[in-house]
Amino acid sequence: MSGAGPNGLRRLPKRRHLSWTVSLGLLIVLFIFGAIRFPGFVSGQVVLDLFVDNAYLIVLAVGMTFVVISGGLDLSVGSVLGLSTVIAAALLRAHWSPGAVIIVVLLVGSALGLLVGLGIHYLSIQPFVATLISMFFARGLCYVLSPDSIAISDPFFLGMAQAQLPVGFGLEVSPSVPVALLVVLAGVLVLHWTMFGRTVYAVGNGGRAASLMGVPVARTVVLVYVISGFCAALAGILFSFYTLSGYSLTGVGLELDTIAAVVIGGTVLSGGSGYLWGSILGVLVLGTVNALITFDGTLGTWWSKIIAGALLLVFVLVQRLVLRRRRADSGGSKPEEPGARARAWASDVGRGGLRDG
Amino acid sequence: MPAATPVVEMRDVTVTFPGVRALDGVDFRMFPGEVHSLMGENGAGKSTLVKALTGALRPDSGSIAVDGRPLEQASPRKSQALGVSTVYQDTNLLPTLSVTENIMLGRESRWGPFIDRSATQARARALLKELALDIDPAAELGELPFALQQLVAVARAIGIDAKVLVLDEPTASLDGDEVADLFRVIRHLKRRGTAILFVSHFLDQVYEIADRLTVLRDGALVGEYRTDDILRIELVHKMIGPQYAAIEDVAPVDFSQQFAGDSGPVVEAVGLGRRGRVAPFDFVAREGEVVGIAGLLGSGRTEVARLLSAVDRPDTGRLRVSGAGRRVRTPRTALRHRIVYASENRQNEGIIESFSVRDNILIALQADRGWYRPISRRRQEELATSYIQALNIRPADPDAVVRDLSGGNQQKVLLARWLAIAPRLLILDEPTRGIDIGTKAEVQRLVNDLAANGMAVVFISAELDEVLRLSTRIVVMRDREMMADIANDGASSGKVLTMIAGGGAP
Amino acid sequence: MKNLLAARLTWPVVALAALLLLNFVLQPNFFSIRVQDGHLYGSLIDIVRNGAPTVLVALGMTLVIATRGLDLSVGSIVAIAGAVACSILASSGSEANVPVVIVAVAAALAAALVLGAWNGFLVAVVGIPPIVATLILMTAGRGLALLITQGQIVTVSSAAYRVIGAGFALGLPVSILIAAVIYAAAALLTRKTALGMLIDAVGVNPIASRIAGVPVKGINWSVYAFSGLCAGVAGLMISSNVTAADSNSAGLWIELDAILAVVIGGTPVGGGRFSLSGTLVGAFIIQTLTATAYTAGIAPGVMLVLKAIVVAAVCVMQAPRVRSRAQRRVPSRPRAGVRS
Repeated sequence: MSGAGPNGLRRLPKRRHLSWTVSLGLLIVLFIFGAIRFPGFVSGQVVLDLFVDNAYLIVLAVGMTFVVISGGLDLSVGSVLGLSTVIAAALLRAHWSPGAVIIVVLLVGSALGLLVGLGIHYLSIQPFVATLISMFFARGLCYVLSPDSIAISDPFFLGMAQAQLPVGFGLEVSPSVPVALLVVLAGVLVLHWTMFGRTVYAVGNGGRAASLMGVPVARTVVLVYVISGFCAALAGILFSFYTLSGYSLTGVGLELDTIAAVVIGGTVLSGGSGYLWGSILGVLVLGTVNALITFDGTLGTWWSKIIAGALLLVFVLVQRLVLRRRRADSGGSKPEEPGARARAWASDVGRGGLRDG
Repeated sequence: MPAATPVVEMRDVTVTFPGVRALDGVDFRMFPGEVHSLMGENGAGKSTLVKALTGALRPDSGSIAVDGRPLEQASPRKSQALGVSTVYQDTNLLPTLSVTENIMLGRESRWGPFIDRSATQARARALLKELALDIDPAAELGELPFALQQLVAVARAIGIDAKVLVLDEPTASLDGDEVADLFRVIRHLKRRGTAILFVSHFLDQVYEIADRLTVLRDGALVGEYRTDDILRIELVHKMIGPQYAAIEDVAPVDFSQQFAGDSGPVVEAVGLGRRGRVAPFDFVAREGEVVGIAGLLGSGRTEVARLLSAVDRPDTGRLRVSGAGRRVRTPRTALRHRIVYASENRQNEGIIESFSVRDNILIALQADRGWYRPISRRRQEELATSYIQALNIRPADPDAVVRDLSGGNQQKVLLARWLAIAPRLLILDEPTRGIDIGTKAEVQRLVNDLAANGMAVVFISAELDEVLRLSTRIVVMRDREMMADIANDGASSGKVLTMIAGGGAP
Repeated sequence: MKNLLAARLTWPVVALAALLLLNFVLQPNFFSIRVQDGHLYGSLIDIVRNGAPTVLVALGMTLVIATRGLDLSVGSIVAIAGAVACSILASSGSEANVPVVIVAVAAALAAALVLGAWNGFLVAVVGIPPIVATLILMTAGRGLALLITQGQIVTVSSAAYRVIGAGFALGLPVSILIAAVIYAAAALLTRKTALGMLIDAVGVNPIASRIAGVPVKGINWSVYAFSGLCAGVAGLMISSNVTAADSNSAGLWIELDAILAVVIGGTPVGGGRFSLSGTLVGAFIIQTLTATAYTAGIAPGVMLVLKAIVVAAVCVMQAPRVRSRAQRRVPSRPRAGVRS
């Protein structure tokens, strides 16, 4: 046992690092490409702007990482983000204090997540379907509150939008960046250093094994969606700092970017395996792609959606291949049919898994 | 054996499921420091007993005590609290987590709300060391060979200060050396005073490690024996049990009346095998013969059937089907060549539960014809009605939903499905399990008739009696290997039993 | 089986009748249909015509859901089909030319079919969960549509193209006729051949179906291809009706309407016996609801919220059924007590 250093990450086996080292390589390649193609692409401020422009996505990715590691998928994050911007803008227009607005937004997001979690666990609605419903529901609420864009003119939000924090060497970041990094730090602590975090991984391995090991499956599943809802709401706040408006169509399709970031970062879609750091790397890869598109100037913004989809697809395919080979290695039995795990899990959780032989 | 007080005492435990009495007033006890083996065939109630002990289900009546303390309102947590730890056969641990995390999940060393990783890992390492296991605690569990995963599961189980360790089929997927490793750990625990419940189908292993054994059959207790006092052949007899009654009116095979045609091979397997499931084997099925596959549960009999019908993909060997130009790789092509596999698992791999009896009968025929050539409504009625009559399916209503039928009638519906496509090779995996005695006799008679008409039948059953009665040839499976392929000359019962039991002459 | 189907359809039909009645109360001339220039006009005709794309998309969705899948990409395929057709027309320079319109329509449908087959490939062959596979196209597909139209709203003025979404034939709007023909074809294909039975079988028990020789992969593949094709036709109708391709908003949220129609129609999410007639009724319920909301002055956003709540409610009502099915799945319990 050599790698027992003080750093928790170092002690984990190499195989887990594989996927995100690939992503790191991809990031470096993108930067080299950018450096060759566009003069001035590789500068401190461009790198920092990656964080500035994608602070909201980092926060979304943190929540989504929890969900994906627990074996789920949250399709509602884009809508909840949009709803948060609309709620924030509407309440600010009604002259609420910014502090109260932020608290309300965070509560609404968490409450939606709670509903999703409860629906999944107690009504055994399929996780995807539950978050899909939440996605439509939140988007509908956006339209109900205001079909049109609402501008934000609250001084605190304006301040947050305009403030620049110096980080030395004449470089600056917006206040969103430290907020996002704090969320990442908290996420890392919870996911990798607490019992709850272990439980999230355990649940992602299949509810049955986890519950046989005495793990509180129900509570974990519900909490994971609450976390995701909270993160989506917080990301909405950051997004409204960024755009200074609330608009019902904000964040359409953002769930794909978020899921792509998480998957590019090495988290396996079938759950149980992954790293929060990796997801941040995934966000940076997507952010760099977008930055390249912007630098190019001739490419339409739609390319970012297409590339995000293509990257997600490639990484999902790779995961699939690795998984298939691994299953072949261990002489696994029958081919997994879609949804088998979720159903087996539902039936087990529901009934204690009676099976006579 | 320790004459001390038993650490586990189950009295008069009864568990019923709708329609089945899975355990019927069973007494069971275990002593500290013994390895106790639970023996019985499929449906004997082993798993039910294990579940009652581990708190996974609550008995309808009877009492369970661990170390003198009663297990009431049982749950896995309560059972664990009393000192019962379990290592399950398959879904036991979390493959994407590290060895340490698997061993320590739920009882990590903590520093405030945070996990103290180095202390946790140190405890895991100490535990592995105690068991003399050379496993890297930082390795990802899924990367380890299955045998080591199993040992990690044992380490986790004893880490909870287990008084009783339940090992449910721990050796099912292990090879010889790996079993030796596990046994070393078991002996170590035994010396510590842990009582170990060793559930296994492998007689050799049971005889090697177990001090005492309890035999169950059909949910009832057959007896409790010291391993040294009971011969293998006796044990197998007690597990399989005698078969009587209604079956007598099935005429034993009259070999002179066998199918008189040119008995060509329908299917020929050469070196067919699948890693971790069944060792490579050769096999031929000829027209007009019934090949019985005898062997205990877990001996590889089902795996042979699944490979022969291309339901599972082999990783060695070839399956040659007479008349097939290309290799047969999917159940669909196997069916096209009229090779049929009737799974033992009727609920998951047999019936389409919300379909009518008629549609269940016709689905394979229809799939074979292709979707664009539907069977006419009239023909459907004819076929369904004629099979319902021929096989005496109750209720005799083609529109009845199949999940509402009894197990025996569901089985007949499935037989009708397979017969409807006029198979050349019919592979029946435990076709008579869990069905009433009358239906059983009907199924047996049917097998006789089919073979007499030139069909090749592979007949798998846990009941040796049935296999002997019906088969022209008998293949014996043991420990995932095909041990013998012999003609059934009417006098081979003892020989087959010996081969099933293994370990040389009794 | 007929009884079962009838029972399953009872509530949706009652709901539809109640909605229509409500409309009649709100608007006494609701049921009146007048003839003008040999064309039929009226509120009912409008509802059916506006509902045609939803009916089509829901039709494809029904078969996908019947095989335990879900197709989130239909909205994007709607946008792509419109984008392809309109771009070809706009760049041809002779968009009034009927052969050009035929080429444009064929190209759009081919694109939709290919995208559907792509989904099917990912699900059936590669084994990616349906939600993930179709989510990729749901979002990236919008990007593709924008790429095709270069981020613009492409307007066309071809009279021939306008026929699809706004024309009349035999006194009826052409889009109704197209939807009717495709619906009838699907109904015939699934009920007069054995296709419906095989799809049902795959949805109820894929493992047993495979052992019984049902071509599970092929069926999975084709239902997604069909769903793509249906979405493509719907996309043509929508873009033809407004004589423009709007890559951002064409077909937005149509997957919700489709899923809702399927679920209301009694096809269980998570696979099982499907009901095309149920889906038809479901689609009309949604369309009538939308029309009612419009006349009653309810904002479209409220509708989205309402629809989400209805889907949630139906899912919850199905939950006990899901549970009892899960019980039956466990092998050793010969016959679970709970029956739905």
